[in-house]
Amino acid sequence: MACIEARGLRKAFGTTIAVDGVNLRVEEGRILGLIGPNGAGKTTALNAILGLTPYQGELRVLGRDPWTARDQLMRDVCFISDVAVLPRWIRVSQALDYVGGVHPRFDRAKAESFLAKTTIRRTSKVRELSKGMVAQLHLALVMAIDAKLLVLDEPTLGLDILYRKQFYDSLLNDYFDRSRTIVVTTHQVEEIQNVLTDVMFIHRGRIVFDCSMEQVESRYLEVMVHPEQAAAARALKPMQERQVFGRSILLFEAVDRQQLAALGDVHTPSIADLFVAVMGKQAGEAQGAAR
Amino acid sequence: MNTQSNAIRESPTESQVIAPAVIPASRRMYWSVRRELWESRSIYLAPLAVAALFLFGFLISIIHLREKMRAALALDPMRQHELIKQPYDLAAVLIMAATFVVGVFYCLDALHGERRDRSILFWKSLPVSDLTTVLSKASIPLVVLPLVTFAITVATQFIMLLLSSAVLLGSGVSVPTLWTQVSLFQMSLMLLYHLLAIHGLWYAPIYGWLLLVSAWARRAVFLWAALPLLAIGIVEKIAFNTSHFGSMLGHRIGGGPEAVTAPGAFPMDPPMTHLTPGNFLFSPGLWIGLAITAAFLGAAVRLRRYREPI
Repeated sequence: MACIEARGLRKAFGTTIAVDGVNLRVEEGRILGLIGPNGAGKTTALNAILGLTPYQGELRVLGRDPWTARDQLMRDVCFISDVAVLPRWIRVSQALDYVGGVHPRFDRAKAESFLAKTTIRRTSKVRELSKGMVAQLHLALVMAIDAKLLVLDEPTLGLDILYRKQFYDSLLNDYFDRSRTIVVTTHQVEEIQNVLTDVMFIHRGRIVFDCSMEQVESRYLEVMVHPEQAAAARALKPMQERQVFGRSILLFEAVDRQQLAALGDVHTPSIADLFVAVMGKQAGEAQGAAR
Repeated sequence: MNTQSNAIRESPTESQVIAPAVIPASRRMYWSVRRELWESRSIYLAPLAVAALFLFGFLISIIHLREKMRAALALDPMRQHELIKQPYDLAAVLIMAATFVVGVFYCLDALHGERRDRSILFWKSLPVSDLTTVLSKASIPLVVLPLVTFAITVATQFIMLLLSSAVLLGSGVSVPTLWTQVSLFQMSLMLLYHLLAIHGLWYAPIYGWLLLVSAWARRAVFLWAALPLLAIGIVEKIAFNTSHFGSMLGHRIGGGPEAVTAPGAFPMDPPMTHLTPGNFLFSPGLWIGLAITAAFLGAAVRLRRYREPI
């Protein structure tokens, strides 16, 4: 059984279609990055997965319908939806008490040991903590829950780079094991590139790219082309071309590495570059269709 | 904790379902109510403050207690009783009024505040159903506040009695007379009955309505709670030149004729004969009110499911 399985997932707000027939399957033990421009439907899709919003189409999360069984689902699913959603009036100790009181899989000792590594005091109220500390506290609460699926929607938005790095480090080192699944969205793509096992791009409510990181590495190559080879390289139909320091960098899909090596320096593209290329292609197709 | 990773991964989602640690509903409810008390400390601080203020005033007033008692003892027994008991009733009324106001404002904020500060996203990430959440919030005005009011009022009245006794000692006015006139036990029983019957049951639709509006409104919760009622009254007045709706509301807030005490008499007025629990429990007004409350709360639960941060 897949951790998340969606077929024809659709959600409209009035005439705006936020999620437009998404098919997706996330297997257990994966770390999926869901990447898309603002307003692409990432948060709406995640909200449907978390049972926060009704939807059309078929959706199963850990075998359950999230909309009708949110409270049962939340025994096995954790999420951090946006930064700073912890109530400002709550004390750190109260947050620990409460989650421990209502969550069957919460391990208080574990949460305490995460907090021990920070400077957060038990008696502080959330309003007295800095934004970074609130994120640390939320992560400590979430990581102490033995969940099967963790959903992170922009969990580090607005945090400085030290907190962001620490956030993903603790997530990987102290939390993730092969039996858990993590779905994460962020705009800071390059920071999670090495964390992910799979990546999906979402654009205008549709999944436009769905690939494992191994596939990305084997299928996509970026070449910094020698100027004299530029014409030959362009003949191979790159997905995208961009200029850096006066040299052309071309991104190829499913072109033989040997062949490309003759044209210049070959390396694996970053997710960010791949994203720009895929989005560029999408925009091009949209324009083409409009004509 | 996570030994699954070492185990062979056969249909892992299934294997992890073994021994689903479940927390009983009562425990989720208990923590949800505690959470409300952490958030809204006015639930007990406001009545405490009123009680303290009242005791302060009372402390000053008992300078003249000896003369007052002597004057009272000269009156006929009925008047005498009323006069001596008056401040004790006043304490109860003031504390009840405070908790009623607290209850109203608590309800207006209960399901609105969590959307305003976005913390609903945190609460919904925990395995607590919308029903549990709404019921825990409804239990504050319907159960917790009456009990808090009861405890604080009885404590206040007890302190008043002790203070009075101290003043009256050696004044020639018999202290036992005071204690028999102000029967703390009887007073407390009637107070408890009044609080549970009126504040807990009779007022339930008021609180239910406020919770519903709180779950629905995006802003100006108070206005949304009050204006529709006003509008119905005005439309009725214009259309039929009647004011049934208004008098119905007044009847509800006034406590109803079937309520604990006879009209015009103060709830804790002495004669036990005023108490009509039988009439009250069998009055249709009570049960219609409770049915409406259930409908309001059901709608609030449903709304909360759909609600997102604002």
